[in-house]
Amino acid sequence: MSEEQIRSLERQFEERIARDEKIEPKDWMPEKYRKTHIRQMSQHAHSEIVGMLPEGNWITRAPSLRRKVALLAKVQDEAGHGLYLYSACETLGVSREELYDQLHTGKAKYSSIFNYPTVTWADMGAIGWLVDGAAIINQVPLCNTSYGPYARAMIRVCKEESFHQRQGYEIMIKLANGTPEQKEMAQDALNRWWWPSLMMLGPTDAESIHTEQSMKWKLKRKSNDDLRQQFIDQTVPQADLIGLTIPDPDLKWNEERQSYDFGEINWDEFWQVVKGHGPCNKERMKARVNAWEEGEWVRDAAMAYAEKKQERKQKQVG
Amino acid sequence: MNQNLYNYILGVADNSLILGQRLGSLTGHGPSLETDIACTNISLDLFGQVRSYYQYAAKIAGDKRTEDDIAMLRKEREYVNVLLVEQPNTDFAYTMARQFLFDVYHHLFLTQLEKSKDLTLSAIAKKSIKEVSYHQRFSTDWIKRLGDGTEVSHQKTQEAIDSLWTYTDELFHQTEADKAMVAEGIGVDVTALKETYYKKVDEILNEATLQTPESKWFQKGGKQGIHTEHLGYLLSDLQYMQRTYPNMEW
Repeated sequence: MSEEQIRSLERQFEERIARDEKIEPKDWMPEKYRKTHIRQMSQHAHSEIVGMLPEGNWITRAPSLRRKVALLAKVQDEAGHGLYLYSACETLGVSREELYDQLHTGKAKYSSIFNYPTVTWADMGAIGWLVDGAAIINQVPLCNTSYGPYARAMIRVCKEESFHQRQGYEIMIKLANGTPEQKEMAQDALNRWWWPSLMMLGPTDAESIHTEQSMKWKLKRKSNDDLRQQFIDQTVPQADLIGLTIPDPDLKWNEERQSYDFGEINWDEFWQVVKGHGPCNKERMKARVNAWEEGEWVRDAAMAYAEKKQERKQKQVG
Repeated sequence: MNQNLYNYILGVADNSLILGQRLGSLTGHGPSLETDIACTNISLDLFGQVRSYYQYAAKIAGDKRTEDDIAMLRKEREYVNVLLVEQPNTDFAYTMARQFLFDVYHHLFLTQLEKSKDLTLSAIAKKSIKEVSYHQRFSTDWIKRLGDGTEVSHQKTQEAIDSLWTYTDELFHQTEADKAMVAEGIGVDVTALKETYYKKVDEILNEATLQTPESKWFQKGGKQGIHTEHLGYLLSDLQYMQRTYPNMEW
């Protein structure tokens, strides 16, 4: 293809996106678009899969049968999200094995928040309320993103996430209205998860390398800082309502901006965790790698059995 | 309260509770996303059944006890599940062998429980049987894949079946509550399921190119609350919150 032809294809491609048309797997797309999407979608898929671990940590210890069932279902939903998102990546010509390999070798990233430990039951509430809450703010705009399979996956993911968010908040309500010990447990969880949740919405705009291109492709519709502000404005009244205190002495309603002003985020901590030195980075990766390696003989057996079955079928036909 | 009926329900439900707990601890650690989702699903089904049974038991008890009290606040000797379901998740072969050996029994059992004169138990059985048909299909398929897969998977699965075999006979032991409930047309006569069970298991193991163990040495005790050493640890997790923070709502 001549350079001119490519430029013309690129122009048509950008025009389609500008018209809000969906790009489908078989359509022509610039290589950078493909790569950016694989990166973002796989990062999202990895986050779902690694995100199963901190919550999975409380399945055996959930305080009631009702909570246990809800938690199991929630973690299972996350596995389901991982599955759609890996499948969406596969439409761009990359296999799940390759993506796992990128995760296991540390080449691919996942949401840093899952590198924090879940130390009490209240963390199940805080994660649902805050982490899923922040995820929804990030993800709702993606329901209209330009790449069809991603947009469609996100519609389903967002519906389930908003259910999880309500479920998490409901855990917090119950704790906040419970005994002093329960209330303390809820406040402690909020104290630990608040700042990582704010960081979860990404580095501040000045430091975010992917924003501009992603905005053009509708992979991103608002900047990280705008999303963060939206999250704070939405969450503070929810904390007030149940009598919990946001652990930020600088948090203050700004009448003029009709938004909350908030304190400085510790970006050193953010980068430390992103770079692999958070409290649980090593444990999370070890758990994923172990599951994969210990499962190898199982996957091999399934393949071998399928081949044998196929052979037998062919023999019968022959 | 009808103590026999109460004990009978616990004898049925404790199996699902303990197996559900075992499977639940695997969530996020499965050999593939698909098997992870499936095992979590089975765990969810089992806990769903457990809740129906214990809610009914709580009603029969007629005091203030709740499903969670029954599930989480008994002493180790008061759990009456069979030894099979408390065996650890040694590896995927053990997990599937345990599941398979239980599912075949569970399905036969529920098919009979559906005919119970007790309408609540019959209704729970009717709902559960659909779920357990799927469990049975899933674990049977895996036994075939693993048995007739690679040399490694064959060997691991044979080892798991051999080692868990000793816990199968207990499934067909009758307790006092069993006998009383069978006499009233409420309970299932498990002794009558034994032959069909071993025949079915043998057929599937055969198809999976696995040997049906010939050992006639069996372990028992679960139904009397005398468990293997594994159960205590499982219960410490299961009961942790209820024990640490007594009398609270969650």
